[in-house]
Amino acid sequence: MVDLNSYLVIGALLFSLGLFGVITRRNGVAVLMGVELILNAANINFIAFARFGGMDFSGHVFALFVIVMAAAEAAVALAIILNIFNNLGTINIDEADQLKQ
Amino acid sequence: MVVFSKNLIYSAMALLFTLMGVAGLYVFLWADFIAVTQILIYVGGILVLIIFGIMLTHRITNVRLSHSSIQQGVGGAIVLVIFLGLTSMILKAPWYRATAVEPQETVRQIGRLLMIDYLLPFEVASVLLLAALMGAALLSRKVD
Amino acid sequence: MVNYGIAILLLPLLAFVAQIFVGKRLPRNGDWVSVGAVALTLCLSLAMFGVMLVKYDPEFSVDQTWTWFDLGSLKVQIGILIDNVTVVMLLVVSLVSTLVHVYSTAYMEGDLRYSRYFAFLSLFTFSMNGIILANSLLGIYIFWELVGLSSYLLIGHWFEKDSASDAAKKAFLVNRVGDIGMFIGIMLFFTATGSFLFRDVFAGVESGLLSTETLTIAGLCLFAGAIGKSAQFPLHVWLPDAMEGPTPVSALIHAATMVAAGVYLTFRLFPIFTPAALTVIAYIGGFTAIFAAIIAVTQNDIKKVLAYSTVSQLGYMILAMGVGAYTYGLFHLVTHAAFKAGLFLCSGSVIHAMHHAYHELHDHESDPQDMRNMGGMKSKMKTTYLTMLICTVALAGVPFTSGFLSKDAILAGTLSFTMHHPEHFLLALFGFGAAFLTAFYMFRLVFMTFYGEPVRREVYDNIHESPSAMTAPLVTLATLSFFLFFTLPYFNPFSDHGWFTVLIEAQDSVVPGHLNPPANEIAGEMHHAHMPAMFLSILIAFSGIGLAVLMYLQKRISADDMAVKLALPYKLSFNKFFVDETYQRYLINPSLILARMIAFVDWELYDKYIVNGFGKVSVWFSRIVGIRWDYDILDQKIVDGIGRSISFFGSGLRLVQTGKVQNYLVWVLAGVIMIYVWQTI
Repeated sequence: MVDLNSYLVIGALLFSLGLFGVITRRNGVAVLMGVELILNAANINFIAFARFGGMDFSGHVFALFVIVMAAAEAAVALAIILNIFNNLGTINIDEADQLKQ
Repeated sequence: MVVFSKNLIYSAMALLFTLMGVAGLYVFLWADFIAVTQILIYVGGILVLIIFGIMLTHRITNVRLSHSSIQQGVGGAIVLVIFLGLTSMILKAPWYRATAVEPQETVRQIGRLLMIDYLLPFEVASVLLLAALMGAALLSRKVD
Repeated sequence: MVNYGIAILLLPLLAFVAQIFVGKRLPRNGDWVSVGAVALTLCLSLAMFGVMLVKYDPEFSVDQTWTWFDLGSLKVQIGILIDNVTVVMLLVVSLVSTLVHVYSTAYMEGDLRYSRYFAFLSLFTFSMNGIILANSLLGIYIFWELVGLSSYLLIGHWFEKDSASDAAKKAFLVNRVGDIGMFIGIMLFFTATGSFLFRDVFAGVESGLLSTETLTIAGLCLFAGAIGKSAQFPLHVWLPDAMEGPTPVSALIHAATMVAAGVYLTFRLFPIFTPAALTVIAYIGGFTAIFAAIIAVTQNDIKKVLAYSTVSQLGYMILAMGVGAYTYGLFHLVTHAAFKAGLFLCSGSVIHAMHHAYHELHDHESDPQDMRNMGGMKSKMKTTYLTMLICTVALAGVPFTSGFLSKDAILAGTLSFTMHHPEHFLLALFGFGAAFLTAFYMFRLVFMTFYGEPVRREVYDNIHESPSAMTAPLVTLATLSFFLFFTLPYFNPFSDHGWFTVLIEAQDSVVPGHLNPPANEIAGEMHHAHMPAMFLSILIAFSGIGLAVLMYLQKRISADDMAVKLALPYKLSFNKFFVDETYQRYLINPSLILARMIAFVDWELYDKYIVNGFGKVSVWFSRIVGIRWDYDILDQKIVDGIGRSISFFGSGLRLVQTGKVQNYLVWVLAGVIMIYVWQTI
């Protein structure tokens, strides 16, 4: 039986993978993709609870909002990455280490 | 694929398929409106944006990337731990289960909720979009 | 009476203090301060003297004692004793001091340290009065030392001359030798009787607190001080050298007063001397008398002749003490003070004139004090000549002078003593022999100076009489050399019976065991010997004078021939019996060698090794503490070490700040996991 648990697990899996991407990837855009994954995982959680967990349609609304957030954030992130690229000549975020002591 | 691929375009394509898959999951969860919205915005907007970003920033370096070695091991370990933790939590927790009836008009329901219960977040979200717009424009300004 | 005494004591002290501090700034350099003070003292002394004559009481005595400090078991008292002797002595001192002060205003005119000279004269007067007024051994000792100090200061007045400063040192040090003996004697008496006061000491001796042997020794120890101060053999060596001082100083200190202090001490302490001690005293006195007289015969410096004469006369006084005629010793002291001071001042007048004459001739080589450069002065310096003649006659012991009376009395005493103790015949020999020689050399002095042809005509032309400030004292002293002043209210020039002998009574000896004959017995014996003694003394005096006339006036016997014929005695006499040289060789040089050795130990060994070594150890130690411990260990290792470890850790921790966002994210996640794990556990 497809259960709440399994949806939640899928969400957790997506989340973990996304996290791994954020941590590991050297390319800024790849990091952004990882962030999208995370957000999608959260969305899955929301919807799952809306269907199984008693959240009615609030879950859908929240998911909608999350999608909106993701869009905005993606735009800004890309702008930043473009800036980094213009300044440093590369989008290898390992190079953006001016906070280093 | 998204996270493991060395080629960025491949990662982007993988992300596309992932997002499609998520939309499908939404449908299974009786969230048809969300599914459509997802495809529209995520795939059509954000992914395109990402690909634009890839294209724009890959002039000099080629797209090949290598993972940072230190991070990989430690990061992998941490992520694994987190996943296991989450999973065990999920499986153990006694979730409140309520069976919901299959809704007839999801869009109307969502719309109503948006306008009545969640009006404020709705407005804030629009302001946020505006801010994001302005921010992006500002950030991409040429330095004078 | 006591108040007068205190005033007499303190006036010169005040003058001294004033002179020392502000003397230079006063008009005429402040000599009127000293002269005024001492003249006042004279007035007071005369007043006291008058009171004494009115009272005419031989037993008169006032004793005022104050407690100086009281420590329970040790109580020291000090005070003033005034009796007839004190009054007479005070008068003598004040009179001679005043005359010397007046004389000095002319003699020391133009001297560099004029005010200082007068200050020290006042100091001396104060000290001498202190000796006279003291009623305790301690009091006498204090002023004894002060007098020695004044003598040192005054002899060394012209200290730019090496000979003068050496002479001053010699005077003080030789005095000191005597003073050591005196101090031992004082302490012996103090430990036995528990007090310094004369009356306590006498009482103690009388009650037999000291055994005869101890008493003899203690007495002789005290007498040692007198030997030093009164220039008896063997401590006489300082007096001739003391002639380096100004002549008025010689007159005051070394003729009339300070040297008399020893005699005065012996006089005061006469009752406690045992016969043995007295015999020793007599021999010392007698020997000194003849010894010095022999030396005086050949001396050519006018002041040296007078100096040895003083030593000889002091010997007479001490001799008198020793044979028991001790009041006559004091008598001789008083008369001698007058004519000896007169002689010195006269010689000073002559020297002053000679000095001026040489100055006029720009002659700085010749010695103005050498009699061989003089001659024929009597027509040029009449007053000086006459006064000197009178004083010389007094010294020689010619009748109608005071000197005759006193010397005759001493010789009578000596003769009587010898008659009763024939084993001591030497004393009589010494006494009469010295009298003969005294007459001889004194007239030699007079003839060489005032008679005959002058040695250098141009010098003679420049001689003139001294100013009245100098001649007035001369006249005064010469006048006092006549018998009359001492025999009042009687007028017999051949008898010493007068106010002096009545008022100043001999006291019985307090030595227990009736060892000494009582005073009246001594007086009685003297009476028998009086006539022979007088006869003998007149004979001897005139024969001495006659010989001098022959040799120096009429030049019938040549002095130089005699010198050759009596070569050995001449050489001994001229060289003062080589006493000074003996002392130098056997006493002084070994002391210097010892001192040098000790200095070597101190300087080379102690200073170099111990003191410097101590310094080096300190440096080494401080280097360890400072450099090794503080700097190397503390600073470098500990303090710096802490700093360095911190920076080490810091740079280690710095690596965390990679600047990479992803790294930070990893840390965050790690933290989250930690919290999660923490919560579940």
